[in-house]
Amino acid sequence: MAGAGGGNDVQWCFSQVKGAIDDDVAEADIISTVEFNHSGELLATGDKGGRVVIFQQEPESKNQPQCRGEYNVYSTFQSHEPEFDYLKSLEIEEKINKIRWLPQKNAAQFLLSTNDKTIKLWKISERDKRPEGYNLKEEDGRYRDPNTVTTLRVPVFRPMDLMVEASPRRVFANAHTYHINSISVNSDCETYLSADDLRINLWHLEITDRSFNIVDIKPANMEELTEVITAAEFHPNQCNTFVYSSSKGTIRLCDMRASALCDQHSKMFEEPEDPNNRSFFSEIISSISDVKFSHSGRYMMTRDYLSVKIWDLNMETRPVETYQVHEYLRSKLCSLYENDCIFDKFECCWNGNDSVVMTGSYNNFFRMFDRGYRQDVTLEASRENSKPRSVLKPRKVCTGGKRKKDEISVDSLDFNKKILHTAWHPLDNIIAVATTNNLYIFQDKLN
Amino acid sequence: MSDEIEDTKAAEETTVDEKEVEDKVISPEKAEEAKLKARYPNLGHKPGGSDLLRKRLQKGQKYFDSGDYNMAKAKIKNKQLPTAAPEKTEITGDHIPTPQDLPQRKPSLVASKLAG
Repeated sequence: MAGAGGGNDVQWCFSQVKGAIDDDVAEADIISTVEFNHSGELLATGDKGGRVVIFQQEPESKNQPQCRGEYNVYSTFQSHEPEFDYLKSLEIEEKINKIRWLPQKNAAQFLLSTNDKTIKLWKISERDKRPEGYNLKEEDGRYRDPNTVTTLRVPVFRPMDLMVEASPRRVFANAHTYHINSISVNSDCETYLSADDLRINLWHLEITDRSFNIVDIKPANMEELTEVITAAEFHPNQCNTFVYSSSKGTIRLCDMRASALCDQHSKMFEEPEDPNNRSFFSEIISSISDVKFSHSGRYMMTRDYLSVKIWDLNMETRPVETYQVHEYLRSKLCSLYENDCIFDKFECCWNGNDSVVMTGSYNNFFRMFDRGYRQDVTLEASRENSKPRSVLKPRKVCTGGKRKKDEISVDSLDFNKKILHTAWHPLDNIIAVATTNNLYIFQDKLN
Repeated sequence: MSDEIEDTKAAEETTVDEKEVEDKVISPEKAEEAKLKARYPNLGHKPGGSDLLRKRLQKGQKYFDSGDYNMAKAKIKNKQLPTAAPEKTEITGDHIPTPQDLPQRKPSLVASKLAG
């Protein structure tokens, strides 16, 4: 009961919270994606206003060697802007749907950010030196009259205050008729995929005027449309393999060596459904909102409305593990359909060694499932638990009957407070949890 | 081998029992479905099908026809085009939308509050 998340004895503590305190949330401030880079040193967020904010972890201080560094703002920029497609009479939101980091190859950092239609490659670089002592320019930039130059000198680099610059290096546009839901960088570090509702395209990071269509599920007659693509991801180390999930609860694994167009899957993962249990809501709640490979590449995790499932890539017939996120909502499906909450797209993530998985819920609750110890815990991201290093108390939802002290009843849950995006540091027990407009950072307690 | 057969037989018997219990107790999901159908009797029978998906694919669609707009402008000539009531969700039908009616989409000029 002490708290799942990497062993029996892990306790989660509040570390930091970013964002405004006021309840009046501007739509642009709604966080739409959160992602650590491969080392965990950088943490990127995207919002509905098309902006990206990157936080950097401070190096561990010598005074407090047991305390992990805090995340502070490193860079922020406007990634995407609202557009209007006049030909199709379509409004294109600037909301950042996904951010994916490229593995670091040199001093600069690169990330891909995407809205509904356009993917951009951003370079984030540091500048801590500047050249001084030009012959033809004054220090303030004014040009000197060449006739006044009597001696020549060699310009030198002098240290300056650190400046972090973000510049768009590539714009990958005009390849998606429908709305992009996923991007995924290949382990070959040269290509990446982008997926919309009906198609998946393969890009080369250097080439913006061409992309290859690798999956196309658009029916010849749109009246026959029965499912859409909801998420897609490349395998973490097999550069020929990727998966995509659907609104009908299936996951297809494709091998790009098999053919240029991967409409035929190599494997199809689907849990058989009891036809007697089928209801109006069955298909809607089976729609997969996120799919993530484990770091090992042996498993993948899917998130549907009520559960998280772990699949062994070697077994297509059913998941190997199923975790209920908020089963008590099954008897509230009617209201959740009416207020559209049933269509909320929750994401999920693995911890660094694939032993624990995490996903969000309502009322600013988030859940962790420890696969090894078979324990789960519900925690809350709220300003009330935001004293530095205060340990988070497990929360419990009362499903019926007598409500115990400290429990919250299902009807008291705030369905406007949803945690859709969470991220886990690739190496440490540090997690980033996004509420509507705030970013919480929690760490495990170090003694 | 005989053990297996006995096991399946026992399993079958229990499922029959369970089904009898289920018939008497409606699953929470089916109860919710009944509630929904009671509130919206005209709800279609293909819940996850075309209609829902089509709505998803059409996200962001605005309705503006430059031909209609210019024709309306030419007809009225000097008179001003009727402006829409401030409260509107979709501009379709008799009213011809004007550029003033379409909501202004401007990029965020304000920095994110996460960075502040």
